[in-house]
Amino acid sequence: MDLKFRLPCGLVLSAALMSAEPMHAIGNIFKPLGTPAERVADLSILTLVICAAVFLIVASLLAYAVIRFGYREGDSRSEPPQVYGSNQVEIAWTVIPILIVFVLSMSAARVTSAVQDQKMPQDALNITVIGHQWWWEFRYPDQKIVTANEFHVPLSTEALHKLTHLTLLSADVAHGFWIPQLAGKTDVIPNRTNTMWIDPKEPGVYLGNCSEYCGTQHAKMELRIVVDTPEDFQKWVTAQQAKAVPASPENQRAFLTGTCFACHTITGSPAMGKLGPDLTHLMDRQTILAAEVPNNAANLRDWIQDPQRLKPGNKMPKVKLTDKQLDQIVAYLTTLK
Amino acid sequence: MSTAALPLRNEAQNLDRGKVGLVCLLLTEIALFSIFVTAYLFFIGKSPTGPYPADVLTLPVWATICLLSSSLTIELAVRGLKSGAMGRFQLWMGLTILLGAEFLRQTGIEWNKLINKDGLTIATNVFGTTYYSLVGLHASHVIIGLTLLLLVFLFGLRIPLQKYEHRIELLGWYWHFVDVVWIVVFTVVYVIGR
Amino acid sequence: MASVPYTLDDVHGKSSSYSWERFVREWIITVDHKQLGLMYIIIALLFFVASGLQAAVIRIQLMVPDNHFISPQTFNRMFTMHGTTMVFFVGMPFIAGLANYLIPLMIGARDMAFPRLNALGFWLSLFGGLLLYSSYFAWAGTAGTMNAPDVGWFAYAPLTEKAFSPGTSTDFWILSILMSSIGSTITAVNILATALCMRTTGMTLSRMPLFVWMYCVVAFQILVALPPLTAAQIMLLLDRFLGAHFFDTRASGDAVLWQHFFWLFGHPEVYILIIPGFACVTEIIPVFSRKPIFGRAAMIGASVSIGLISLGVWAHHMFTVGMPSAANIFFTIATLLVGVPTGIKIFNWMATMWGGRIRFDVPMMFCVAFLFQFLLAGLTGIMLGVAPFDWQLGDSYFVVAHFHYTLIGGLLMTLFAAIYYWFPKATGRMLDETMGKWHFWLLIIGFHVTFDPLHFAGLLGMPRRIYTYPTGRGWDGFNWISTWGVPIQAAGILIFVLNVLYALFKGKKAGNDPWDAWTLEWATTSPPPEYNFAVAPVVRSSRPLWDVKHPEDPDWKYEHA
Repeated sequence: MDLKFRLPCGLVLSAALMSAEPMHAIGNIFKPLGTPAERVADLSILTLVICAAVFLIVASLLAYAVIRFGYREGDSRSEPPQVYGSNQVEIAWTVIPILIVFVLSMSAARVTSAVQDQKMPQDALNITVIGHQWWWEFRYPDQKIVTANEFHVPLSTEALHKLTHLTLLSADVAHGFWIPQLAGKTDVIPNRTNTMWIDPKEPGVYLGNCSEYCGTQHAKMELRIVVDTPEDFQKWVTAQQAKAVPASPENQRAFLTGTCFACHTITGSPAMGKLGPDLTHLMDRQTILAAEVPNNAANLRDWIQDPQRLKPGNKMPKVKLTDKQLDQIVAYLTTLK
Repeated sequence: MSTAALPLRNEAQNLDRGKVGLVCLLLTEIALFSIFVTAYLFFIGKSPTGPYPADVLTLPVWATICLLSSSLTIELAVRGLKSGAMGRFQLWMGLTILLGAEFLRQTGIEWNKLINKDGLTIATNVFGTTYYSLVGLHASHVIIGLTLLLLVFLFGLRIPLQKYEHRIELLGWYWHFVDVVWIVVFTVVYVIGR
Repeated sequence: MASVPYTLDDVHGKSSSYSWERFVREWIITVDHKQLGLMYIIIALLFFVASGLQAAVIRIQLMVPDNHFISPQTFNRMFTMHGTTMVFFVGMPFIAGLANYLIPLMIGARDMAFPRLNALGFWLSLFGGLLLYSSYFAWAGTAGTMNAPDVGWFAYAPLTEKAFSPGTSTDFWILSILMSSIGSTITAVNILATALCMRTTGMTLSRMPLFVWMYCVVAFQILVALPPLTAAQIMLLLDRFLGAHFFDTRASGDAVLWQHFFWLFGHPEVYILIIPGFACVTEIIPVFSRKPIFGRAAMIGASVSIGLISLGVWAHHMFTVGMPSAANIFFTIATLLVGVPTGIKIFNWMATMWGGRIRFDVPMMFCVAFLFQFLLAGLTGIMLGVAPFDWQLGDSYFVVAHFHYTLIGGLLMTLFAAIYYWFPKATGRMLDETMGKWHFWLLIIGFHVTFDPLHFAGLLGMPRRIYTYPTGRGWDGFNWISTWGVPIQAAGILIFVLNVLYALFKGKKAGNDPWDAWTLEWATTSPPPEYNFAVAPVVRSSRPLWDVKHPEDPDWKYEHA
């Protein structure tokens, strides 16, 4: 990526670090910040400890065998004692591994059930996640909000347990929903409804990725979840529920000429397309294109001018626009807070 | 307890490679058919629109009688070959081929009705998809078997076949396999699935 | 020696000069198991180099964040071709080659049970590979030129449906593998028929070399596990060409059904690939430790157990698909269980070395590396088998690291051990030890430099199959280090190739039995005559040559039938 984009990415990240919103960009599965991820991390550490112990014991024995029983100059040239086997030893190293398997299986079964079969409380927030090639759609059925690529959820605290229940659907091929610090990944498969739940315990921005290869731009299908305090979350919901800022007539005309309305929705305007991301509150998002491309006028302009340059192979068509039309469209978009 | 005193095992105690080879082939074919049967069972009831099995499928009684009795006739043919009665062999072989061909003809009639009268093709719905693929897979195995049977029959008219008795017996086993698979397909498609 | 025909040239009375007739006879119309075995191994090595180059390109692209070395489309074709080639056109031909070359020799037979069928299997396998690579030269489909498949080596639906993969690239993937599968099935039939029907006098099944036993398990797995893939591919072809709806999710098809069918094949497939590696080290470790294999019966039992249990663990590749918790728990238990017989084998190999007088020639060095690395690989496999852990690790670079550990750190090590061990038998010449040691160390070091860091990238959330990544996710350093392993491994492989070429012409003469080994292939000349054995050998134990060399203390005194 040229310098033009790399610097802003770094700036976005460092800006986020300096701002009130902590940035959880590194998806370390051993730094879980939500219950599902915590349950998984605990089990993972148990598994790691057991595997490490097995490795140390067996590898040491192997190393010892290599060192102790190597043929050295001066050793007898005759064959060593020909040992064919030992039933006791075979039984021992069959039974012990089976016991280890039993312990590990029981622990795994408990965590599997705890995470998958968790009952959703009445006050859980419901979000429908729809995977597209190569962007994410988020619908909040109870709040009647639609947004794309970046979405907000409320914090879950000791005092106020707030679960978010995600229903995963796909509009085309199989995708995967993965935000490591919040939960394990769940696939997003067409003609199938999967569900999962999260309860983020620290505010901030978390990054995740599409985890199932879904075609050309699978790499640039990041997830960006913003965990708000309950008050901030309510403010966000209210803002999202508002209709879009109306456009000035020239900007509106440019928007219509550019056939943007054919794919995009801007509630409160004639644009009701369902093929691309909802743009009603576009400027609320830090990044665009479901990737680390900062959301600013310059990038929007570059994107619309030639979508294939920033995200080759993606499905947004290149529309022939004059510079003036481009400026007007971008001007309109930047008002969509 | 050492094995020193035991008599040595000789090659005559080895299994016959033709039989082993054919059993391996049948094992792999059973695995193949199992997957298509699994898909069929999986998709039962999942077609959102018709035609549905109960509407368009009728029990293929005559075709089944033909195919299953062809197992009997080929067994009689192989016995005739083994006892050197070439006339009997050719007769029963010919009958086997006719019965197999009649089975295929009945399949063709059924498919013609399904496609042209009922509007069911492989692309219509998942019933069509699974029906044609499973029955078609079986039918393709019948065609292969029939081709081989026909070749043997024609060769038998000109060449003494006694020294190929072993291979022809194996062909008989293949034909029995095709019939057993039909019993499974029949049960899954026309009994369970309807 | 001229009185006993040694080669076909002696039979035909020709001089050793080359002619077209001889070339066609030896390489095109041959049905000799040794020749076909070598041909399988040669094409495996050629595809290995091609696929290795693809891997190098992948690693260069991922060396730094936001790289533009290749386009996303090219990258997606690279990893698809790399995976498909390595599994179907390197792994499968290699194990077929070893089986075909060695099994008749080890059981004292003259050839495989079905020599002409054997030749058919080879040519189908080769043709499949050529078909796959011809996709690079296919005319432009609606998806653009250079039509290599780009759907990943396991080609999940519905990405592979015509709607999402127009053009012909996916069809190249399907058809080339169908061809390869027929070739593998033929090999499997041949292995079972040969082992069950062609053993020499005195060789009961319990005296049959463990190499052959393990290949019988592999053959059984091939017969049972390849059909799900074949069936799924036929179904995909029907979807793509006749409008069927097996996996067409827009018309009540099911994407998860593809996954079930694919992994019903896919999991046994990885055992099909690795068990021949086990077979090789089971023959090599005893010879270099100067002791018989520890626990013959347990090794047979463990191999058969692996063969059977491996048919029931497939959905551990699908833990994230949304199966009910009961299913996830079942597959966790089954997957962990299949680790038990594998562990038993590792312990038995170690026990074979224990108390021995180990000679660390190059074959043994590769075996020791295999033991350490496969132990680690098996343990990361246990981690992946624990369903909740897999919810984080699956589809990440942790999985990539795991399976490269099993395939390179495990299988490839055993294949090189096999080459260094049996090359003298096949060619009559020894490979050079010094070059072998350079090959070994460069490969090991390069392998660890590339794949150890990738575990950590996965633990930090890096998904697989991405053509690039942004900075700031914690993945930069690991990817940068990983790419440096590529030139190191390449250097090792280059030295190996030079070693082979050098040895073919200038290598030290090997003689019948350069390693002082005990199985029947060492009882004939190097290379063996076309008919293998002038007189059919008679065996009384599982180590016939030990009995010959140690008449005072033969194995049949201790073996139980």
